Amino acid sequence: MASHIRLQGRLNEIMTTVFQRNSVAEEKRSAENQAAVTIQAWFRAVRVQNYICHLHQSATLIQKHWRGHQGRRVYRILIRNLVFVMRHNYFNAMATKIQKMWRGFYVRKYVFDYYSRKQYLEGLIVKNEIIRREIKESREQKDADSLRKMELEAQRKLEDYAAKHRYLLSTEVVPGIYNSPFKPYPDEMEFVLRKVKPHPPEKAKPKRDNRSGKIIADSPPLPLTEPLPPIGQKLQGPFRAPGEVQMQRFKPFQPTLRVATSYTATEEARAAMKAKEWVMRVNDNIFEPFSQRDRKYEPLLHTTSNYGHLQYGTRFFRETAESKNISHEVSSLDVWNMFELRLVELYFDLELASVENCAET
Amino acid sequence: MSTRQVLQVFEQYQKSRTTFVQTVAELASRSQNIEILQNAGAMSLLRPLLLDIVPSVQQTAALALGRLANYNEDLAEAVVKADILPQLVYSLAEQNRFYKKAASFVLRAVAKHSPGLAQSVVDCGALDALVICLEEFDPGVKEAAAWALGYIARHNGELAQSVVDAGAVPLLVLCIQEPELSLKRISASALSDICKHSPELAQTVVDAGAIAHLAQMVLNPDAKLKRQVFSALSQISKHSVDLAEMVVEAEIFPAVLTCLKDQDEYVRKNVATLIREIAKHTPELSQLIVNAGGVAAVVDYVGESKGNVRLPGVMMLGYVAAHSENLAMAVIVSKVRVTQLAITLVEEPEDHIQAAAAWALGQIGRHTPEHAKAVAVANVLPRLLQCYTRADASEDLQTKSKRALKNILQKCVHLMALEPLLHDAPPNILKHVVGQFSKVLPHDPAARRLFVTSGGLKKVQQIKAEPGSALHEYINTINNCFPEEIVRYYSPGYSDQLLDRVEQFQPVA
Repeated sequence: MASHIRLQGRLNEIMTTVFQRNSVAEEKRSAENQAAVTIQAWFRAVRVQNYICHLHQSATLIQKHWRGHQGRRVYRILIRNLVFVMRHNYFNAMATKIQKMWRGFYVRKYVFDYYSRKQYLEGLIVKNEIIRREIKESREQKDADSLRKMELEAQRKLEDYAAKHRYLLSTEVVPGIYNSPFKPYPDEMEFVLRKVKPHPPEKAKPKRDNRSGKIIADSPPLPLTEPLPPIGQKLQGPFRAPGEVQMQRFKPFQPTLRVATSYTATEEARAAMKAKEWVMRVNDNIFEPFSQRDRKYEPLLHTTSNYGHLQYGTRFFRETAESKNISHEVSSLDVWNMFELRLVELYFDLELASVENCAET
Repeated sequence: MSTRQVLQVFEQYQKSRTTFVQTVAELASRSQNIEILQNAGAMSLLRPLLLDIVPSVQQTAALALGRLANYNEDLAEAVVKADILPQLVYSLAEQNRFYKKAASFVLRAVAKHSPGLAQSVVDCGALDALVICLEEFDPGVKEAAAWALGYIARHNGELAQSVVDAGAVPLLVLCIQEPELSLKRISASALSDICKHSPELAQTVVDAGAIAHLAQMVLNPDAKLKRQVFSALSQISKHSVDLAEMVVEAEIFPAVLTCLKDQDEYVRKNVATLIREIAKHTPELSQLIVNAGGVAAVVDYVGESKGNVRLPGVMMLGYVAAHSENLAMAVIVSKVRVTQLAITLVEEPEDHIQAAAAWALGQIGRHTPEHAKAVAVANVLPRLLQCYTRADASEDLQTKSKRALKNILQKCVHLMALEPLLHDAPPNILKHVVGQFSKVLPHDPAARRLFVTSGGLKKVQQIKAEPGSALHEYINTINNCFPEEIVRYYSPGYSDQLLDRVEQFQPVA
């Protein structure tokens, strides 16, 4: 009871303190509420942020792994291509090397072989000398032969003459004309006459058939002997024809047309054609239908002036000034214009008149 | 009148006929008597004697007629007009060998003058009779018949064809194989006359196997025979490649080359003709000839002979060089070859030989700069230019020398030889000479120095060229190779410029 009385005595105090506290609390309620809300907001934000951060990190991790995977794929493709290109280049280089060696060999052997040509020309010079010498020798021999023949012929003629004229020989009693007694020794003709034997008497000529000229033989023709057959034949195996064997052994190199054509064949052929045309051309003055190919463009005088484009067109072709006319007669061209105007005027007059009429009635 | 007296009259007549005919025949062998004989009417008197009963009178009358007809064309025409030929042809089949010889002689004498007369001989049916004569045994008859056939076939292709159609060719080939030299000569000449007209005729002769026999006779010592043999072979080989190859396959090379130095001039000429006809067809044939040493032999032949006989040799060298660059080099390498041709060009007075020499030089020099140099070094270019610009040169010579010049100039880079051309050449040639200079001078300092000292630069400055033309560009290229002072020094009018400057110069003090 005492505390209750005490409490009742303090009721006012309590009530004021309570009231004060409540009022303070009330005053501070919103501030504290706000503060609590702020703290809660902040905390919620932190939670959400952490969550988002976590999500971001997960996403990044996934993307990282995925990109690495894609990149490695691309890398592998790149490497494959690069290796392909490298190998291709290597093969090209090797093929070039083979082609280079083959082309060099082919040209040097079949198209232009310098050493064999040099050898050929040297051999040709030697051969020419040999032929020249042989020809000269044969000619000299022929000359000597013909000379000798002429001498023999002369000798034979002399002997023939001597054989026919043996009566000119001197005898014991009568000296011949070539053995003059006033000369110390006889003429050489005398010795020839002495040496030569007289011609034997002529044999009877063989009979010839008059029409054909054949000689009619005296005795019948003798039997001819025939050659004996060979003794014994040895059998030898069936041989290939030597031509075949030669062909097999020395088969010539037959390059295709593609191989045999030079690389610059078309250019060379073009150049050769041009050169031949120039050589065969009789008249060297080339016909030119025009002397100046490129001429500068010359614009019309009408359209160029320093002050711009001149007035141009039908509106400016016909300039009329009626005040300047000498006479006031209408030109024939204006007649139809005037006529049209008159018609229009007449029409309007009639209209007006009819309107007036209508208005009156 | 007793029988004897009557017979004596006839004997006397016969004797007088015989003497008349023999004397006329003897007189007709001298050309100065023939006019007199003709005016005396010998032809009309001899004609009935052809039908005389006595064979010797017939033969001598025929001989006399033949000699008369041989002399000139009018007499031969008179023989034809007098209708003697059919009678002759008829008796050709019947009579003995002396008559056949005389009758063939008349036919030959008539046929040799002109194609018309030969045609009239053929129209009388002489061909068959002559071909029958070719089958006789007597070589004299064969010779006369072959001679007549040769003269008939000589004129043109149709007559030769008719001779071939009569079947003469195999018989002529048989005649060639006979041992008598004169018969061989005549048959070879007849075959040559047949072959020369067309490839078909030549083929017919070749098909009869003539080439082998002709080739065998190549080394015969008789000069006249060789003339005919080589003439026949060259007529065969000139028509086509196949025929030329067949002639070559008969292995005439290198034996034929020894005949290039034969003593007889016409043998040499015919051999050169044969080699030319073979060489002109293909490079392989030319190669064969070159390998056999033919070029050296022909070069010597050209060097030693004079005048018209040189022509086949010169042409052969041109043909060989024309085929390919190798062969042209082979031709150059046969010593003193080019100089030989150059000498020919200089020496010969005749235009056609000069034209042939110019053409041959052009063929040799046109392949590569080496060839052009070898030709130019022989001092050929000024001579060719002279042939081109000479007023009295024939058109053929001018064309050929111009082409040869162009051929050589296209490839010539030997500047020393081009120098003289700078001074004399006409403008179309000058353009290319300057062009060649402009190709070489930028790369060779020694040549540039020589160019200046020899006066070439001066000459080039004096050339007037239109701007934009190729000549102008060449001149610019050349001018760019030299320092400006020298170019200005040599330009025309520079001395005047200098003198003007001297006039205007004010000396100091």
